[in-house]
Amino acid sequence: MTPFTQHEGYAVALLQPNIDTDAIIPSREMTSVGKRGLADGLFAGWRYLAGQGRTPNPDFALNQLDDVSILIAGPNFGCGSSREHAVWALVEFGVRAVIAPSFGAIFRNNCVRNGVLPISLPESSVQALAQSVDSARADDCIIRIDLPKRQLSTATGMALAFELPHSDHNMLVNGLDAIGLTQQHSADIAAFMQKDAEVRRWAQLSRSAISR
Amino acid sequence: MSQSLFDKIWDQHQVKTLEDGSSLVLIDRIFLHERTGAVALESLHDAGREVLRPDTAFCTMDHIVDTLPGRSDDTRMPSGKAFIQATRQATQAANIRLFDLNDPQQGIVHVISPELGIAQPGLTLVCPDSHTCTQGALGALAWGIGSSEAEHALATQTLRLIKPKSMRVNVNGTLPAGITAKDLILHLIGRYGAAGARGHVVEFAGPGIRALDLEARMTLCNMAVEFSAFSGIIAPDEKTIAYLKGRPYAPSGDMWTQAESAWRELYSDPDAVFDSEIELDCSALSASVTWGTSPEHATTVNGCAPDPQQHARDEQHRAAMQRALSYMAIAPNQPLRELNIDAAFIGSCTNSRLSDLRAAADVLRGRKVADGVRAICVPGSMSVKRAAEAEGLDAVFRAAGFEWREAGCSMCFFAGGESMGYRERVMSTTNRNFESRQGPETRTHLASPATVAASAVFGRIAEAAEL
Repeated sequence: MTPFTQHEGYAVALLQPNIDTDAIIPSREMTSVGKRGLADGLFAGWRYLAGQGRTPNPDFALNQLDDVSILIAGPNFGCGSSREHAVWALVEFGVRAVIAPSFGAIFRNNCVRNGVLPISLPESSVQALAQSVDSARADDCIIRIDLPKRQLSTATGMALAFELPHSDHNMLVNGLDAIGLTQQHSADIAAFMQKDAEVRRWAQLSRSAISR
Repeated sequence: MSQSLFDKIWDQHQVKTLEDGSSLVLIDRIFLHERTGAVALESLHDAGREVLRPDTAFCTMDHIVDTLPGRSDDTRMPSGKAFIQATRQATQAANIRLFDLNDPQQGIVHVISPELGIAQPGLTLVCPDSHTCTQGALGALAWGIGSSEAEHALATQTLRLIKPKSMRVNVNGTLPAGITAKDLILHLIGRYGAAGARGHVVEFAGPGIRALDLEARMTLCNMAVEFSAFSGIIAPDEKTIAYLKGRPYAPSGDMWTQAESAWRELYSDPDAVFDSEIELDCSALSASVTWGTSPEHATTVNGCAPDPQQHARDEQHRAAMQRALSYMAIAPNQPLRELNIDAAFIGSCTNSRLSDLRAAADVLRGRKVADGVRAICVPGSMSVKRAAEAEGLDAVFRAAGFEWREAGCSMCFFAGGESMGYRERVMSTTNRNFESRQGPETRTHLASPATVAASAVFGRIAEAAEL
């Protein structure tokens, strides 16, 4: 996983509340078993003109600026389906961070597992950020994020501090692989499972399945 | 110290606390499906990792398989066959029990897991599917995860978690006749918002819940995720124990006796403390339906669409309301019963169980679907389908003009194959009314099976009480 330390990039705002993962990547765009080939389908229902194939919709924010890597979003961003394809599509498109008042919980977790920084800020701060990037000058749309310092700043002079749980911070800054980290505790897990198998004998599936 | 039901399950599963502030939590059961399961298994394999305990993992084909009779690996979804075959290969290689498309136990994951007794009180159960919270109805701590987390659970039998907050929703009174768990959960989300339970494990409790049968409890917990909950859970009681007895993967013999006594300890202590509590009286509820594009856009069938000028909290809320009304082609203050429908869909992990089909059939018996309305019923599992056919419900649906399908998720969502038509208005027993969820710019209204059946008969949004 790509570590996240400092990042500077263009940001656009998609402020409507409850943008769900069906909107981020429609089910019909998930056409292969793997994690790739999804960027084209990102926000497909909004990004392209209806009934006109892949003709970009000029009114959609992501079509108004090139090289966007930061999204400023409304509350409950990424709610709905657990599909990690939503985050894979964002990553493939080039998004490194999403700033919103709140996130769908599974989506948020998926972000951290894929090196995308989910920044939660109060709604008023998110709206102020959205206003600051609402500019015809691309240079005004730049946001700088410093994760180790947990700060972000805009080209227009705003500076904000944000918080992140230590576990997520650690995972993102170091680009860690969660499975590898957990496997360092394999002995503890095995001991716990062994004890649990005695305490909760009824819950051991292989045993109960045999007796059926 | 007083503990909530959730606290008790958490403590039984917490392997250890980690330096980074999270906990390692033991996972008892892992369920996969062909949409998100194959990618997790393949990715795990590519990383040179193995499934630690294949006996605790299960997989079903529900999301992509066709639901038309005579189905095969060739689905209507472009490239669907690749998902089906990759899932079959990957589960076989990992030695995971697969409920394949012609398996008599095949069905929607959240229908078959309880039905087979795989979900049980006090277990932790995860699935890369957001509606896994459905299974909390049995008193399991069950929640949806992403594919990466599924890999983590498969490889280590644990997940790294920060303990979620807790909420209790106390439901007092009993539901009026004909009003269901679906009406209740839509009412709750409509009142407190789609983010109302953000990050909380929500325990549904109180006399209104005790009175519900297990299938209704599943409907209720199913939509906890639409309330932004980490999961929903209901303490097991005699109904739960009776429901599980004799199920294929439930404990039996001595183990059943042990399980029963363990399950009877799973309740929130009288003075357990929750991070937040909601009190709700359900005795005056009426049939619910959604008017917009979020489950929080819920009102009563007899109600009207809101007026953004009057009902919005702030500018952003007003814009969202207007956008939803415009997408749905509904005017502010328009009575919902004026809206003609193009289609009716009964199915999904929310409302496709035998009791749901019975409720719809009770409305449809001796009646016909209105001209021009396409009506589809998709049982949640092949077992549900067989049970429904054994009591003649298929004949009722068919005689009324409904299609009668094989089990699967079907048109709960549009995956590129079958879908509802462009801008069609659909009454649906599903859980999500998101833009284009069921088809291109399709306008979905969520409701209970009885309400959807009544609407199919009238050809417009209607409730069963009108008949």
